[in-house]
Amino acid sequence: MTGTAVVPKKRMSPRKRAALVRYVQYALLVLLVVVLALIADWGEIRRAFLDLDIAGAQFPDVIVIALKNTIIYTACGFAFGLALGLVLALMRLSSVGPYRWISTGIIELFRGLPALVVFLVLGLGLSLAFGTQLSNLTTVTLALGLVGGAYMAETIRAGIQAVPKGQYEAARTLGMTHSRAMITIVLPQAFRVILPPLTNELILLTKDSSLVYILGLSLDEYELTAFGRENMNANANLTPMVTIALCYLLITVPLSIVVRRLEAKSGKAR
Amino acid sequence: MTVTADRGAAAIDVQQLHKYFGDNEVLKGIDFHIGRGEVVCVIGPSGSGKSTLLRCVNLLEQPTSGTILVEGDEITDPDADVDALRARIGMVFQQFNLFPHMTVLRNLTVAQEKVLKRGRAEATQVARANLEKVGLSDKADAYPAHLSGGQQQRVAIARALSMNPDMMLFDEPTSALDPELVGDVLAVMKDLASEGMTMMVVTHEMGFAREVADKVVFMDGGVIVEEGLPADVLGNPQHERTQAFLSRVL
Ligand SMILES: Nc1ncnc2c1ncn2[C@@H]1O[C@H](COP(=O)(O)OP(=O)(O)OP(=O)(O)O)[C@@H](O)[C@H]1O
Ligand SMILES: [Mg+2]
Repeated sequence: MTGTAVVPKKRMSPRKRAALVRYVQYALLVLLVVVLALIADWGEIRRAFLDLDIAGAQFPDVIVIALKNTIIYTACGFAFGLALGLVLALMRLSSVGPYRWISTGIIELFRGLPALVVFLVLGLGLSLAFGTQLSNLTTVTLALGLVGGAYMAETIRAGIQAVPKGQYEAARTLGMTHSRAMITIVLPQAFRVILPPLTNELILLTKDSSLVYILGLSLDEYELTAFGRENMNANANLTPMVTIALCYLLITVPLSIVVRRLEAKSGKAR
Repeated sequence: MTVTADRGAAAIDVQQLHKYFGDNEVLKGIDFHIGRGEVVCVIGPSGSGKSTLLRCVNLLEQPTSGTILVEGDEITDPDADVDALRARIGMVFQQFNLFPHMTVLRNLTVAQEKVLKRGRAEATQVARANLEKVGLSDKADAYPAHLSGGQQQRVAIARALSMNPDMMLFDEPTSALDPELVGDVLAVMKDLASEGMTMMVVTHEMGFAREVADKVVFMDGGVIVEEGLPADVLGNPQHERTQAFLSRVL
């Protein structure tokens, strides 16, 4: 086109066009819902997913056994993972070369492996290799702890590095030893920063705790997923899965809310 | 000075101090001396090594070579108890470095309790006395974030004093402050000086140096170019580099 050509006037202002795009999106959404509602067999769905008799029969075991075990497995794994993550983070920041290499190796190894593989290796491999039978609780604690700890180590390291160097120096200047300065001054500040990502990790571990099924569980060791599967198979019905899904959400949604609160708070503090 | 002022009596005695950062020689053979109760101001252009010298005195930086004696103790000796030494030397930073997760009072008591093993009651008493001294008794329960820069720096001074140090190091204590807040901090430092505290002050406040210092040291390029009475160094500098620096800052 030559320079003399008149630029054609746009037919629609950018704002109007954005509004139109939005309406189209809403319309598509409504259409989708209507189509789904029309083609779905609601009676069948209710029978398969929302059978109240089957749901009722799951209580109280789904709470006092399954939910309880999920919480115990997650809590043990998280506690071990947090301790391990802290140690690995401090090792990564150490001035001693071998400490750094070892912790980097462990972190990369367990971040790189699927959690399922870690469960398998710990659950079956350890007993084969050493001839000792670890309890399922020990295995799940170790497995979740190793997987979670590897992630948390990097988070904690970043948190420690986010504390200004002057804080550590001021503490040392007052005569505190390295460990005293870390424990009293640096780590409390680091943990404030990393509380949201650590809580996210807790949510992930809650879900990963379902992998414990691979170890073969006795009835009183069932956690939510194993319990749900068992009941689903026994009843040839999906209602138990809906129940346990709600139980998972009972744990994870409050945690998500906590994370969002914490993030909002630390966002304000800055 | 009296006859008893032998080397052992010096508060700080730095001999042939060299400091490298990698290949960069930042301190090039510093000899430096502060008597007990003296106030010494260190001045000089940016990058001349003032902070590094100050930080070597309490081993926040490890000297590459040379000897540093504090109250006659050789702190550069590899066997020296660095933590005990640091507890005897107060340090005040440009950026205050108060602990943000603790109240003002806790900032002042935490090291007393953890390092000096004082009881809570005694530590609190010492802390309150020092807050009073810097004029901030009413801020004991505040968090640092709620204080002005000048107030934070006075808390930092009170925190250092709460350890009952033999001497105080200041690294540009007023450089991060709004001009109208500088006076309060300098007033506290003047009080300290008049009480006989040994002080090493890196500063750009020439008025303070002239009024309070017993000695002014001018550093440039990692060496001490000129030192002497404030009236001489600031009023009648002998070296070209000192003259050039002072003509820029005065
Ligand atoms: N940790 C460090 N690593 C590497 N180089 C450093 C470090 N600290 C200081 N230096 C260098 O040493 C030199 C002297 O720095 P120093 O902070 O002692 O100067 P200064 O006189 O205090 O300057 P200013 O007035 O800007 O504070 C500078 O060139 C600086 O870049
Ligand atoms: Mg400096």
